[in-house]
Amino acid sequence: MIVHTVRRAVFIGLVTGIAAWHLSLVGLIPAFAQRRLVGDTVTFSYALLVTLLVLAAYATGRRYPGATQRIPWGMLSALSAGLMFFLLALVLTHLNLRQILLNATPELARVLTFGSGATIVGLVRVLLISLLSGLFTGALSALPYPWGRVIVSAALMTLLLGLLRDVLGPLLPRGVTSFLYGPAGLSLAGALVVFLLAAALFALRWSRRANGVTARAAAAVPSTFRQPVTRAVLLLILASVPFWAGLFLSNVADFVGFYILMGLGLNLVLGFAGLLDLGYVAFFAVGAYTMAVLTSPEVGQRFTLDFWVALPIAVVATVFAGLLVGLPVLRMRGDYLAIATLGFGEIVRLLVLSDWLKPYLGGAQGVTRIARPNIASWRIDSPQEFYFLILVSCLFAWFLSIRLRDSRLGRAWFAIREDEHVAQAMGINRVTAKLSAFAIGASFGGLSGALFASLVGSVVPASFSLLVSINVVALLVLGGMGSLPGVLVGALALVGIPELLREFQEYRLLLYGMVLIAMMLFRPAGLFPERIHRRELEEAVEEAREIAPAEIATGRG
Amino acid sequence: MVLLETSHLTKRFGGLVALRNVDLAVEERAIHSVIGPNGAGKTTLFNCITGFLIPDTGDIRFSGSSIAGLRPDLVARLGIARTYQNIRLFRHLSALDNVLIALHPHIHYSLLDAILRTPRFRRAEQAAEREARELLAFVGLAGKEFLTATNLPYGDQRRLEIARALALRPKLLLLDEPTAGMNPYETEEMIRLIRRLRGERGITILLIEHDMKVVMNISDVVTVLDFGEKIAEGPPEEVRRDPRVIEAYLGRGAASGLGPASMPLPGEA
Amino acid sequence: MTIAAPQRLTGGRRIDISQLIVWGIGGLLLTIVFLGSILTLRAGHYSAAQWRDFIVFGIAQGAIYALIALGYTMVYGVLRMINFAHGEVFMSGAMTTFFLADYLNRSGFLKSHPWVSLIAMLLFSGLVSMTVAVLVERIAYRPLRGAPRLVPLITAVGASFFLQYTFRGLFGSGVRAYPAIPVLQGKLWVFQKTQIAVFVGVLITLVLLVLFLQRTRAGLAIRAVAEDREAAALMGVDVDRAIVTTFAVGGFMAGIAGVLYALVFIQVQFFMGFLPGIKAFTAAVLGGIGNLPGAAVGGLVLGVIESIGPSLFFDGYGIRAAHQLKDVIAFTILVLILIFRPTGLLGERLGGEERL
Ligand SMILES: Nc1ncnc2c1ncn2[C@@H]1O[C@H](COP(=O)(O)OP(=O)(O)OP(=O)(O)O)[C@@H](O)[C@H]1O
Ligand SMILES: [Mg+2]
Repeated sequence: MIVHTVRRAVFIGLVTGIAAWHLSLVGLIPAFAQRRLVGDTVTFSYALLVTLLVLAAYATGRRYPGATQRIPWGMLSALSAGLMFFLLALVLTHLNLRQILLNATPELARVLTFGSGATIVGLVRVLLISLLSGLFTGALSALPYPWGRVIVSAALMTLLLGLLRDVLGPLLPRGVTSFLYGPAGLSLAGALVVFLLAAALFALRWSRRANGVTARAAAAVPSTFRQPVTRAVLLLILASVPFWAGLFLSNVADFVGFYILMGLGLNLVLGFAGLLDLGYVAFFAVGAYTMAVLTSPEVGQRFTLDFWVALPIAVVATVFAGLLVGLPVLRMRGDYLAIATLGFGEIVRLLVLSDWLKPYLGGAQGVTRIARPNIASWRIDSPQEFYFLILVSCLFAWFLSIRLRDSRLGRAWFAIREDEHVAQAMGINRVTAKLSAFAIGASFGGLSGALFASLVGSVVPASFSLLVSINVVALLVLGGMGSLPGVLVGALALVGIPELLREFQEYRLLLYGMVLIAMMLFRPAGLFPERIHRRELEEAVEEAREIAPAEIATGRG
Repeated sequence: MVLLETSHLTKRFGGLVALRNVDLAVEERAIHSVIGPNGAGKTTLFNCITGFLIPDTGDIRFSGSSIAGLRPDLVARLGIARTYQNIRLFRHLSALDNVLIALHPHIHYSLLDAILRTPRFRRAEQAAEREARELLAFVGLAGKEFLTATNLPYGDQRRLEIARALALRPKLLLLDEPTAGMNPYETEEMIRLIRRLRGERGITILLIEHDMKVVMNISDVVTVLDFGEKIAEGPPEEVRRDPRVIEAYLGRGAASGLGPASMPLPGEA
Repeated sequence: MTIAAPQRLTGGRRIDISQLIVWGIGGLLLTIVFLGSILTLRAGHYSAAQWRDFIVFGIAQGAIYALIALGYTMVYGVLRMINFAHGEVFMSGAMTTFFLADYLNRSGFLKSHPWVSLIAMLLFSGLVSMTVAVLVERIAYRPLRGAPRLVPLITAVGASFFLQYTFRGLFGSGVRAYPAIPVLQGKLWVFQKTQIAVFVGVLITLVLLVLFLQRTRAGLAIRAVAEDREAAALMGVDVDRAIVTTFAVGGFMAGIAGVLYALVFIQVQFFMGFLPGIKAFTAAVLGGIGNLPGAAVGGLVLGVIESIGPSLFFDGYGIRAAHQLKDVIAFTILVLILIFRPTGLLGERLGGEERL
């Protein structure tokens, strides 16, 4: 029994160690060695390593009931992981592998040993940190219900704020900034304050939930979201972004917006109707190129159109593209559909890239001098100004998504997602249902593409690779397929953060890959699960409280 | 009057003849059972009627017009609803939504109505919800509207499937082994429900059933299939005594070499 | 038989407008291709020798596709899923073996013992790819067996990108050039010697594969699981083990294909798995996914079409830089075959049918 437990703990530790090797050697961990989060010592790399240790301890401890077991086994597991860190550091110091492995540098060895290098001191340091992580994790997980969560969430929040120093620093009032932030990352005092504040907030939220609300309903966005006042405030905050955010941040917000639009579009297809479209970028491309061709003087016809004329044409063109893709794949089953749509996406990209269509689409150099919109005499030019256009589009798409979801068409989509065969037996015409999902979903992508082309002012084929499709799928999967808030969260996390942190750029797709696998393994419903029937769920919870058990019993007979 | 009629219905899967020249006539407001050993072609018959399989030859007529080869959703709209042998609910949706989905053909408003939430939309949705709740109450699921389908107990899932089928406002309801896996008490309840379907709603019922007690208890007519062929038909008492039926259930089995190597006994005949 | 099987058209009443449109588009494409071919042949820009070279190149390329396609098809046979990451399995072998090849080259061993080196490279690459394939199965697929179809599909896409960018992170994003193997330089009759090496390599691997599947217990287990997983389990076949073996064998062949690919194209890069992966998948579907000989035939057919296609179909129209449309042809074939004949040219063989 003991032997088995020990073996399991060590095994989890070793696997974690291998994960750390992977992250180290692909360069993710060394890339963040300079990124300080808190004070002078806590870098993002260290935070990642400690996170791994904590995860190992957590994974090991979770199956045992109390702290007395969780702590020692968690510590053992973290210790084995820590040893693996050190082992890699040792290898790196004594063997020169740089000819083969790009990141196998002595610098990495230092990072892996938390700054000491592969010496006895380093060993002691690694082991100590491992033991502490294990201890800490075991203790946390033994706390009563919301507290463990509260502390972990608050800690993550603190790290996130530290990570976003360069972004948030300039935005906050100067006094606050100089208190919270040091030369790099949060100052110690700042970190403490942030942590406590965040903890208080989370505690408040979770304790409210704990009061008689079922776990499922609890995962909902707090119902305050629905209240008009909250909504108005939220809208105001969203609308004010360009006024306080600088050029850089507005630009990032615009890009997040493009992906939210695409996410909402693909959500109709993948989230609602359950059709995995891996070629979604094609619609983005069709929208962008329609805008480009119609408004740029460089290619195609001699005349150029105004932005406002071209925009609806672009959207209509994508609707047609959606139908064109949708028609042939109607009868395909899931995996074939994914590949066929991927094929469509690639065909579009390759055609755009080809010299054959160069006179019309600009070939590899793309199209420049795309029109910007005017509203009366106001020319929408800067990313800040564009933001409003994008915001309005997103809100519109969001609104449309909700209205469609709650209609009979939305229910038809869900039915098809759940069981296409039965859906048909219930009188649902799968041709119209699927085609409408493809067409409407495509139109959001087209809108996004048209706005993108106009904002950037040029389009090149390279912007329309498969990676865009994968990006959109990944953000849906992270947020929760079918969930609208999920789209928002997914886009912020998978587009916003990598745009903000240049170190991330390189590892973006690695991250997407991990997100896709990890989410499916551990949380297939996503971080913000679909809440189609929150209304009903809330009612259900209330009813469950009101209806006496006896009544339920009689209702049955 | 005959509501559903198949004539010379034949369906092959490669070399296997799942249905061979099946003639079937279901009277209006009858409870008509189809029985037969495993693999006899009963479910295949249902699949042909509901449009999921296209018969190779033969015709299917419903209320006088031919429906063979018609798309499944159109068949459903004509008033033929079904349940499945292995329950097939929309598993992640609430009971209410399961029923609402099947009301799809009876909800009328345009996409624009839905987007703008016009009075027409509200009225239609409210009426639909009322009807769905009423159907759930009818099958005995009142108060469970918002439970997710998977979270319902087995018996309730079977009844939810029936409620969902009823939402199509069918004239003919095909039930594929509705009491499979039920305990005697639940079976009793199911029998009562099936009777009520006909009595209170005037629905004609075509029923596949392995439990002979159920079959004998509620059927007006019993049709027996064996290896895709109709071998007997008539009132339950008569069919029960038919030597060919007894042979089909107890006799040949592996020896015939025509079908599946082993032919397990159905129900407690 | 899937619900969407084309057989359902036979009722006559099932053909609706949506399908007519699809058939119309298909017909239009065929006409374009047909007309283009005639125009090209009439124009006579290409000599017979040129066409022959196209075909030879196509066969060599197609043989490699075939080898990768076998992996897709075998996994499909046992699991009914598309191992989307298989292209990356192929890449991982080729990328990693570059370093072995480079080492052998610099130490002079490659020059002194070219055949030994080549075999070592093939085996090494096969083992690397095999390990990667087995790991992918273990981590990304096995825990999700029995989940809705969409779920493993998404992890497969995830695994694909994870692998690509892992290799990019490990070895960098640059292009690496395999060293030239002295004995494989030059031509033999109309063939490049590397092409001959590819044919021979593919042929030997295929023979070994067939022997493995027909003559060994593990091969028998794979075939049993492909036929009917439940029944196989009841008969005492270790299903998990059979599945892992399938991934291992498929991965090994992909690794071998990786080195053969590098012999022909010299350059390897982290992104190199994507196109061959998709094309091998196309080949697998073309030959009928789940069907082993089909995969081989599909690979060759695709390789040849892709090689002669751009010139044959488009040259007649005077399209500029028609060779850029090579991949368009491959993808179009992929889409068309999925639309019009998802069971492939030779039909589904390995494995039973899906029921309603
Ligand atoms: N889609 C299909 N493709 C190929 N063969 C099928 C298909 N559907 C059914 N069959 C075969 O047709 C025969 C009849 O099957 P069917 O499901 O109709 O039997 P059944 O009478 O409903 O049996 P059970 O009592 O077990 O439900 C069986 O041998 C079955 O294997
Ligand atoms: Mg049956």
